[in-house]
Amino acid sequence: MSDGIVTIHQYPGRTMGWVTNEVSSIVEGKTPRWWWVAFAVAGALTALCFFCLVYLVSTGVGVWGNNNPAGWAFDITNFVFWIGIGHAGTLISAILFLTRQRWRTSIHRAAEAMTLFAVICAAIYPALHVGRAWMVWFMAPVPNSNAIWPNFRSPLLWDVFAITTYFTVSVLFWFTGLIPDLATLRDRCRGKIRKSIYGILALGWRGGNRQWRHFEMAYLLLAGLSTPLVLSVHSVVSFDFAVSINPGWHATIFPPYFVAGAIFGGFAMVLTILIPTCTIYRPLRDLVTVSHVDTMCKVILLTGSLVGYSYAMEFFTAWYSGNLCERAAFWQRAFGPYGWACAAMVVCNVVMPQLFWFRIFRTRLLCVWIIVQFPNAGMWFERYVIVTGTLTRGFSPSAWGLFHPTWVDVCTFIGTFGLFAMLFLLFIRFLPMICMFEVKADLAETQHGEAG
Amino acid sequence: MSAHAIAAEFPSADALLLAAEQIRDAGIRRWDVFSPYPIRGMDEAMGLKRSVLGKIVFLGGLAGFLAAAALQFATTSFLYPLDAGGKPNGFWTLPALFPILFEMTILFAAFTAVIGMLLMNRLPRLNHPLFDWDRFSGVTDDKFFAAIETGDPDFSEQALRELLSTAGGTNITTIADKP
Repeated sequence: MSDGIVTIHQYPGRTMGWVTNEVSSIVEGKTPRWWWVAFAVAGALTALCFFCLVYLVSTGVGVWGNNNPAGWAFDITNFVFWIGIGHAGTLISAILFLTRQRWRTSIHRAAEAMTLFAVICAAIYPALHVGRAWMVWFMAPVPNSNAIWPNFRSPLLWDVFAITTYFTVSVLFWFTGLIPDLATLRDRCRGKIRKSIYGILALGWRGGNRQWRHFEMAYLLLAGLSTPLVLSVHSVVSFDFAVSINPGWHATIFPPYFVAGAIFGGFAMVLTILIPTCTIYRPLRDLVTVSHVDTMCKVILLTGSLVGYSYAMEFFTAWYSGNLCERAAFWQRAFGPYGWACAAMVVCNVVMPQLFWFRIFRTRLLCVWIIVQFPNAGMWFERYVIVTGTLTRGFSPSAWGLFHPTWVDVCTFIGTFGLFAMLFLLFIRFLPMICMFEVKADLAETQHGEAG
Repeated sequence: MSAHAIAAEFPSADALLLAAEQIRDAGIRRWDVFSPYPIRGMDEAMGLKRSVLGKIVFLGGLAGFLAAAALQFATTSFLYPLDAGGKPNGFWTLPALFPILFEMTILFAAFTAVIGMLLMNRLPRLNHPLFDWDRFSGVTDDKFFAAIETGDPDFSEQALRELLSTAGGTNITTIADKP
């Protein structure tokens, strides 16, 4: 293998039928008890999230801790946090596809699903942060009786377009890749209801070469379209901040800095989910191997170091610009009331990933799982520092303030984790977690290479 | 009940590739090979050209770009000009319109890719005569098949059977047409 990654082909007896059996059996088998327990917990948290949202809409945004300098607080922090997590999936499926990284084959389906669920969690926040959630449709460019149109020159509207496009294209990409595998499930299952559901979802796929050639072209095109898209989404999110004139936000480094952070946090979340999943489903260990984890740890090390460079460059630019407000903003960021969050962010995002320089930390799954919790937390602190820390320390000290989250802020955030987990549990129960047809194509290619 | 096609099973992707070349050289028009994954080199073996989907998707993307340009210019410059942050109206507001020009280009192109792929594949459909063949369900697992549609006046059903047989096919079966 040219890329030096151990794939299933090095295991004897791993035929195409084996791949179909192992991946489909997860969906076809009896629902395990742990799944019901996990689903009950996740479902309870989801209910908590929805309760908080209903309470918010029925009472008003005052139930959040947002106040006058901190007009954006937990809501936008959590929005950027979740949307950042939603980057790894499309990155793995699109960019690694175009660069022919074959190790992506066994992880991209789960990572894409994770992307979609993270974007769903993210979308909750801006939609409700507008205050009057029933007026959200005003952001859509539709003619209305007031003859008012949205302001297309506003970064907030760019954001609406970027997020909805990203979600829609990610769904299309994910579903297109699922079609042949849904056909596998359709052809294997016996129950009449299951067969019709999978049959309808598989759209009548037959696996004819006249279909494959258009399918492959469509998949390639979607990968090509998603690649600039995934880089644009977090750039546009960063415009929400960078296009403003607040000291600490108004910086040209924001788009690449945000994209690197998103990939960093996203890969951490992929590992957070994949490691337990593969521990539970033993056959998957042959498909998602330690070398996959090793490679993802290297990506985390790289992007974590990029994020560290960005932090350093932000502080350097603030000092070097000679601008009083910029200097004060960054002084407050490090040593002001939110200095603890800034310290946590540096430790979690810059210091802890450096452990991945050592092979021993990249190959022990428990070690990796513990270490990637630091980026998960650190990326939240980063957004909290940027959003709340900056707004509460603006141009004029007379307008400074503090933000204190309320129980609704905290419970909504905890609840979105439940929503995310619940959607992922449903995914592993009902859809093939690994892209079977790509693994088979890979298998055939390698065997061919060895024979020839 | 008339016949829809004559189908045969092949032991491997390589065997299917060789068979495809023979069927192509025999001058058959309406036929296809079926496999669990896309087989490299099969397009040449079947004598198929590169999918035209790329060109269609370009047009889709162009439509998205033009739609976004029309939408944004029409509203910001004519229908509802707004003085926001002193940004200009008219053509020179263009840089502020870039993000949505880009997003809508991608959105339209992606929809074109998926819908175009489905239409060119004659999908979605609920059923197909091939699904009545019990062996055919293996196509999404690890089996390989070829099917030649009947109804070509140049080839009798017997000739098609012989062609598939000499190409190395087994389990040669007549697929009945749906009533």
